[in-house]
Amino acid sequence: MMSEEIIKDVIVGEQEDYLINLGPQHPSTHGVLRLEVCLKGETVKYLNPHIGYIHRGIEKMCEALTYQQIIHLTDRMDYLSAHINNEAVSMIVEDALQVEVPERVKYIRTILDELNRIASHQLWWCAFGMDLGALTTFFYGLRDREHILDIFEESFGSRLLHSFVCPGGLMHDVHPNFQKRTKEFIKYFRTKLPEYDQLLTGNIIFQNRSKGIGYMSRETAIGYGVTGPSGRGSGFSCDVRKIAPYGAYDKVRFNEILETEGDVFARYKVRMAEMHESLSIIEQLIDNIPEGDFTAKMKPIIKLPAGEYFRRVETARGELAVYVVSDGNKTPYRMKFRTPNFSNLFVMNEIASGYKIADLIAISGSLDLVIPDIDR
Amino acid sequence: MNSIAQYFTDLFKGLSTLWAGMRVTGKYFFSPGAIVTQQYPENRKTLKMEERFKGEIIMPHDENNLHACTGCGICEINCPNGSIEILTDRVANAEGKLERVIDKHIYHLSMCTFCGLCVKTCPSDALAFGQEFEHAVFDRSKLTKVLNQPGSKIRKEAK
Repeated sequence: MMSEEIIKDVIVGEQEDYLINLGPQHPSTHGVLRLEVCLKGETVKYLNPHIGYIHRGIEKMCEALTYQQIIHLTDRMDYLSAHINNEAVSMIVEDALQVEVPERVKYIRTILDELNRIASHQLWWCAFGMDLGALTTFFYGLRDREHILDIFEESFGSRLLHSFVCPGGLMHDVHPNFQKRTKEFIKYFRTKLPEYDQLLTGNIIFQNRSKGIGYMSRETAIGYGVTGPSGRGSGFSCDVRKIAPYGAYDKVRFNEILETEGDVFARYKVRMAEMHESLSIIEQLIDNIPEGDFTAKMKPIIKLPAGEYFRRVETARGELAVYVVSDGNKTPYRMKFRTPNFSNLFVMNEIASGYKIADLIAISGSLDLVIPDIDR
Repeated sequence: MNSIAQYFTDLFKGLSTLWAGMRVTGKYFFSPGAIVTQQYPENRKTLKMEERFKGEIIMPHDENNLHACTGCGICEINCPNGSIEILTDRVANAEGKLERVIDKHIYHLSMCTFCGLCVKTCPSDALAFGQEFEHAVFDRSKLTKVLNQPGSKIRKEAK
């Protein structure tokens, strides 16, 4: 319907305008996303995102699964912050049943959140550099991400989709080497982060391609609900870890990174600084993990009391909110995920209009979109 | 005149940023010891996966071909994807009572998402994760496996 109108508009209107489809199999969209871009010359007039190519109906599938089984589906929404998604659903169950999880669980969950955030930002960094033509960054980012994935593999047995958090605690305890290897990683990554700046941040080509591009004002960010590093690059203070602390975030000191420029480079700077912050959060927690159980006592069949429950967490891309309506059964009556990428995608028409088509790649890269998270 | 000076300042500043990046790549180019790539097909003999690696679901058997599965079906209920099917049989034991034993513990590797719920919830610890990860086969039907070995029996706990 919408596309027919646009085509008509283009044919009847100015003859120089034309439509191109970016995607759904374009490498710069990092998944199956189709952007219908209307161009005048090389300038983007407007764009119309088409989603749904990887829609699996996760929200509907949740209605047939128990709360323990839902966890493995949330892995597959935003697969780069799988651990944080798991935590959101687990916390909503713990809230509803009023279960107090052991301190040890809170500490480990928070450390894993931050490791996951670093891994996600590393992958974003290498892919973003590659979008802008700096192929070298891809190897350097993945080299360091491998260290985190090795820690994950040792503790949970899987590298990307680790359904490790479960309602009440963790699936099993972390590996005995976990503390040692995490400390080694912090030490290692602190020496490698300056390389990132030398390779890409200071690079004149990169700076010229990212500064002043894709301006998003604070009002736009709030209006479209753009959260996470993309929103914070526009000065929108939206860090759930600060606003509504969960896990062990109230026990650590960290800064919410805010940049006010609102362009692609500002969003880049926020993510780079967040990696430093995440390292310092892990550093504060890793030596103080209390002894204790790795899970609270839970019944084998979890039934939430009838009612509505809501919980939000900060994933690597923004605010993930989970809303559950329960009718007292062991499966939810309705499950709704407010995923960060969905809101972050639809601001693109606003911030990419008026820039060149090459800048569109930079803008979509700076929003750090994960398509399965949009389609669910 | 001023603009020309500005042009050359920018040019040399830009070149110096490129040089900073080239220095990093050059450092690694001349020190191949820092390379961490695993030569996968060549290192198959020495490659050892982590102890907890979730490669596939296995049912450990001891030297007498005994396993611990009672055929209760909890793993089948807990599996979110229906990748486990248990066919049970009723067999008379030594005292003449009918007892439930597993006939086949069928595992569909093609449907498994490795969430680990079956291994975690098994009351008799009959299931475990195996480290095998090379699952490519030519025929889809080969991905359906029977976990209990032929002729195997349930391990009786000494009371």
